[in-house]
Amino acid sequence: MITLQWLYILAGLMFAAFALLSAADRTNAKRLGNAAFWGLMALSLLAGDYLGGFGNGLLVLGLAGLAGFGLIGRSAPPTTTDAERESWADRLGNRLFLPALIIPATALFGTLAYNYTALGTYGWFEDKRETYVLLGVGVLLAIAAIFAWLKPSPLAPVQEGRRLIDAIGWAAVLPQMLAALGVLFAAAGVGTIIGDLTAAVIPEGSIFLTVLVFAMGMALFTMIMGNAFAAFPVMAAAVGIPLLVEDYGGNPAIVGAVGMLAGFCGTLMTPMAANFNLVPAALLELKDQYGVIKAQIATALPLLVANILIIYFAAFG
Amino acid sequence: MTYLPLLGILLVVIGFALRMNPMLVVTAAAVVTGLLAGMDLYQVISTFGEAFNDNRIIAIVWIVLPVIGLLERFGLQQQAATLIRGFRKATAGKLLILYLLYRQITAAIGLHSTAGHPQTVRPLIAPMALAAAEKQRGGPIDEDTAERVKSYSAATDNVGLFFGEDIFFAIGSIVLIQQTLLTYGYNLAPLEIAVWAIPTAIAAFLIHGTRLALLDRRLTRGAGLATMPAPHHTPTDTPPTGHVGASE
Repeated sequence: MITLQWLYILAGLMFAAFALLSAADRTNAKRLGNAAFWGLMALSLLAGDYLGGFGNGLLVLGLAGLAGFGLIGRSAPPTTTDAERESWADRLGNRLFLPALIIPATALFGTLAYNYTALGTYGWFEDKRETYVLLGVGVLLAIAAIFAWLKPSPLAPVQEGRRLIDAIGWAAVLPQMLAALGVLFAAAGVGTIIGDLTAAVIPEGSIFLTVLVFAMGMALFTMIMGNAFAAFPVMAAAVGIPLLVEDYGGNPAIVGAVGMLAGFCGTLMTPMAANFNLVPAALLELKDQYGVIKAQIATALPLLVANILIIYFAAFG
Repeated sequence: MTYLPLLGILLVVIGFALRMNPMLVVTAAAVVTGLLAGMDLYQVISTFGEAFNDNRIIAIVWIVLPVIGLLERFGLQQQAATLIRGFRKATAGKLLILYLLYRQITAAIGLHSTAGHPQTVRPLIAPMALAAAEKQRGGPIDEDTAERVKSYSAATDNVGLFFGEDIFFAIGSIVLIQQTLLTYGYNLAPLEIAVWAIPTAIAAFLIHGTRLALLDRRLTRGAGLATMPAPHHTPTDTPPTGHVGASE
């Protein structure tokens, strides 16, 4: 059976190749910093389960130190110029989209086939992880197709991948760091404190104001934690279940589902949700690292209002 | 009760507001929070490391980068722009509204991992939206406009994903809601919860779709005023000044 472990190895080998090519890149003044940074990522993916908690902790401190003290820098691996790209595009035309579609198509049709046909009964892939595995299969198929068709140099996929990962830089690792920070927040009882504070500000007797505090609490606590998953159990325990459902007789399915979506409005407005908000800013090479968040606020706020109204009118009908 | 553990949150807020390096901010907040929770330094570092290791699945998505990079090498972004210039009526707003709908629908049927910022936004959606914006302006667009169009491209992916995925009953957040309600004695089927994601999904489409239509109006109104002799924007050839990446 193909498990997530296989994907960690695939990704680990890729980061190891980035590290080796970084070390050999004499055009980059910070080549050793880059090599160490991507090397640590490779080590984490390949051997993280054997390092123990403290070992992994030192690894993370290493990543943070390399990134935080400016020891990694953008590289310029060999690639084509804009003019060359224009002429390739003219020659190849819309056929260029085909290899790009291999990855989503493999993930899409593969997942459907695996879940809705007899294929799933063979148990080829780790349960509930088939889309990730198929993503990896799609990547390998796409690389094979590009090699068969366009015959780039053997190192080209690694160099091109390194060009992109260096453009993203430490933002590629930040989401994982934030997830780990959430675990420490939880261990320190931050959730309980926030829940008690929220419950304390609720005025008695008003369903509407209670809904308001519940939804805004979901959004705000999500902004702090970076994801709604951490906020939901806390807000449900403090406000959603005892007040909205039990005292005021609200519909639990609506309070739960729409409460979670109120949290998602918070996700749109926080740098703590780095993989959705900061990573794309790096990927698209925006000047303002908060550009994506700024573009989302005017959608998130009216949508939060909509969620408050949906809970108020639908759950207490 | 003591509010001391909230100090870690305060650190994060201040750090992000001052635009300090987030890797250091997050590490400092983790250490402070752990110490305030009564752990010793060894325990803090071990807990932090173990949690980092448990979340390695987040790093898997980067395996698409070699493919995206290879295709860029052979002109994928340029071809995406050419394709959109071929549609006479295409606009950045309409293109993004279509992508919003596509993203919501695929996420709603459980195919949320089939698109995303590295897989679709950088190589396809952003260059297409930029090319459409140039057409609307009738010439090259200035840097601020390019920045706005790219930001909206990424924002559209997020909005489509967030407010589509919860309609799919087998997604993590629905399972979490179900399990949480169950601990209080409310035993609901995932589907009973997931249908209540539909009103918000419609509201999200209307609100964000309206904003994309307004983006179009701004782009069309600016036509003819096209500015600065900026050559042909694609995500790769804007200068890397001040971006969130490695150079800072």
